[in-house]
Amino acid sequence: MERQDDFARRREHLKDLSEEELYQRFWQLTEEIVSPLVDMAKTHTSPSIERSVLLRMGLDSMQAKELVKKIGDRELLSKGAGHVLLKVAEEKGIDVKEAAQGLIEDRYWEIVDAQWGGGK
Amino acid sequence: MTLDKNEKLNMEEILKNLDKYHPRRKGWTDRKPLPPGTKIGPFEYYQVSENLKNSIPLPAAHALQNIDPQPDAVITSEIASGRFEDDIRRMRMAAWHGADHMMVIRTTGQSHYDGLIEGTPEGVGGVPITRKQVRASRKALDMIEDEVGRPINFHSYVSGVAGPEIAVLFAEEGVNGAHQDPQYNVLYRNVNMLRSFVDAAVAKKLMAGAGIAQIDGAHNANATAREAWKVMPELLVQHALNSKYSELVGIPADKIYLSTVPPTGTPGPVLRMDLPYAVALRELFKNYKMRAQMNTKYMESDTREATVTHVLNLLISRLTNAHIQSTITPDEGRNVPWHYNSINAVNTAKQALNGMDGLLEMVQLKEEGMLRDQAREIKERAVLFLEEILEDGGYFKAVEDGFFVDSGRYPERNSDGIARDSNGGVGANTIMERDEDYMAPVCDHFGYNKLPEGLEKACDPIDECTLCNPEKIVYIDELDEEDNANQRLAKMQEHREKGLIRPEVEWYGDGWVNTHLFLPAEPKVAEAAAIEWAKKLGMENPEVIHKQTMHPAEGTFIELKGQVNIDIDPSQIEIPEEEELVPEEEILQEIKDKPMRVVAATVGEDEHSVGMREIIDIKHGGIEGFGIKANYLGTSVSLQKAVDAAEEVNAEAILISTIITHGDIHRLNMKKLHDLCVERGIRDRVILVAGGTQVTNDIAKDCGMDAGFGRGSKGHHVASFLVKRRRELEG
Repeated sequence: MERQDDFARRREHLKDLSEEELYQRFWQLTEEIVSPLVDMAKTHTSPSIERSVLLRMGLDSMQAKELVKKIGDRELLSKGAGHVLLKVAEEKGIDVKEAAQGLIEDRYWEIVDAQWGGGK
Repeated sequence: MTLDKNEKLNMEEILKNLDKYHPRRKGWTDRKPLPPGTKIGPFEYYQVSENLKNSIPLPAAHALQNIDPQPDAVITSEIASGRFEDDIRRMRMAAWHGADHMMVIRTTGQSHYDGLIEGTPEGVGGVPITRKQVRASRKALDMIEDEVGRPINFHSYVSGVAGPEIAVLFAEEGVNGAHQDPQYNVLYRNVNMLRSFVDAAVAKKLMAGAGIAQIDGAHNANATAREAWKVMPELLVQHALNSKYSELVGIPADKIYLSTVPPTGTPGPVLRMDLPYAVALRELFKNYKMRAQMNTKYMESDTREATVTHVLNLLISRLTNAHIQSTITPDEGRNVPWHYNSINAVNTAKQALNGMDGLLEMVQLKEEGMLRDQAREIKERAVLFLEEILEDGGYFKAVEDGFFVDSGRYPERNSDGIARDSNGGVGANTIMERDEDYMAPVCDHFGYNKLPEGLEKACDPIDECTLCNPEKIVYIDELDEEDNANQRLAKMQEHREKGLIRPEVEWYGDGWVNTHLFLPAEPKVAEAAAIEWAKKLGMENPEVIHKQTMHPAEGTFIELKGQVNIDIDPSQIEIPEEEELVPEEEILQEIKDKPMRVVAATVGEDEHSVGMREIIDIKHGGIEGFGIKANYLGTSVSLQKAVDAAEEVNAEAILISTIITHGDIHRLNMKKLHDLCVERGIRDRVILVAGGTQVTNDIAKDCGMDAGFGRGSKGHHVASFLVKRRRELEG
């Protein structure tokens, strides 16, 4: 968009605001803009977020990468990669690191498929 | 491990047992302010913090009781050698000069790396940020902060397509500050905008959990815009979007720092442009904190010009406020920062902040007129910008429509903004909606999370996550057998062990030297001549890194770098022993028992009396303080007159000062003095001493003096010599 500086005309509705009113308006508009972004972040996830969950569960970065890739291939990241891993560990009665290694080596996926039907 | 200030950092020691290292604290630490009016040396200060245990004061401090006042603001040093083993050495040097925020620049390209990098590969313009790099740096900083006596904040970047993972790494490893701003990813790294904001929320939540201070990325708009001063309204908008987003996600306001740069450059009237902006910013963002950065936009290869710009930026900091004062190395306009330029930048900040200490105790910003009017206008322009984002359909739509980094001063638009597609960029179409049964059994996770009922902590189902139990963190040492710190260290191992010395600017033993030349030739000719000259000197890869015309025909100033791979073995060279001084008490007693009289004069056509007065005056710790009687004859005294006076008062010594000389006058003066005394037949009983900035003991002795005293000499040195020499003469 090309536009000449029309500040003088545009500011008509602002020019009589007090400093405090201008401050309030600035932050109210800002909040209106970012609130939908925060809502989107609350309800969405990403491969990096899921890898960050697996790291926090005690996997190393390479395991986290491989496992998120495999869970993503099955379109199950929406369940939470940590959720999938925890389910397998609980079902098998093993710790999450062992469960992760198994999944990376293509074992235990039957538990995942039984729970979530091999993805949506 | 405790550091010995006379020993170099031991890299092997730092790398040892890294797998078992955990940070001893987490979160950001501010400086501890001292009350207004605190006395340090001869002065009172209003904006200082606790002194350091070990530090290197500014050069002129030697005349001011060697004080090293530490300003109230945390001071940042940019660390960007490209090798973490060299970064660590630079951090130690910077800490000794007063930096307590080590900002480690990432290697080019890490933003687009989908995952964590491990090990210690070499980087470009920065280092790859990895667990080993972060852990070793933090471990070294623990030792360095003990050495200087102040906590040091370690800082890097949570951006790119692996933000959440890097945030986990930083939270686990005790990183204290980080850049995090999804707008930076979107605008400058072309990371998909939906991915960027979704990732940012989790990254920010993790940072909040570990008390990490967040710095935003708005300053990049300033550096990218065609005319930086026109982007001011947008800068307010970018700061606002990231600050509010961060706060809504969970970062407390006092951990949210705005990265603000005075946008304008000289020869523009920078204060008149930048001050209203700084005031508007601080008023609108009074709930947050300021990280004042120095300008990079208007930086050329002239380090002097850059330094003046940065001092003007520091004036803005003092006229408003700054919680963190960041620094830009004065050589950033020509190359990646060199060791000593990083230190220079820290000293520029320390010196200027000290010099402007308490400025607002005496000066007040006007409440009406130009400053207020312009501040108001910038705010209104920013509000209009926000209004139009909403009218357009929200943030993502505004980015698609190229609202940001347009060169027009909003609401002026020049149709040259950076536009991004919601479905484009790195990591496009990779976010997904969380299902109703989405779960992440870990702490500090942001967003919807359907955990089992009745948990105390989110990580109960896995019996603690790595944030609650650091023993669960998996440490990877190296993945690449060739490209790692051990291999690099091994290459220079012998060199280090033998203690060989080679110049360096970035890496140990890189061999780069910088020379300053004035060549009486026009710029093009001068540049070519300089390269030729460097080759003849034996420099490899010579390159002109700065040139400035002094006059189109008369000549050109040139700075030229080149590599010289010459090693010096300190065991093979003669290092002059430092003269042992006669203790002050002993001199006092000896002069009391047997008085001494000297004649002193600044000789030749020289009106400078400062140096000599410092050596003589009791109040400067001069020889009078030891009881020596000095007849000071003044400036521009002839040698004849000095010798006459010595004979008249029967002086035991003649002290001459020759400070400013052209064409070896100082040598001639010394020789003449010696000859005169020989002629008069008094040379064997009069001690002759010369002093001055260009005098050394060797030069003086060559010219017939008994001793010479150069730069940095004190009354004690001279008194000690006079006493010793008299003892010798008396046998």
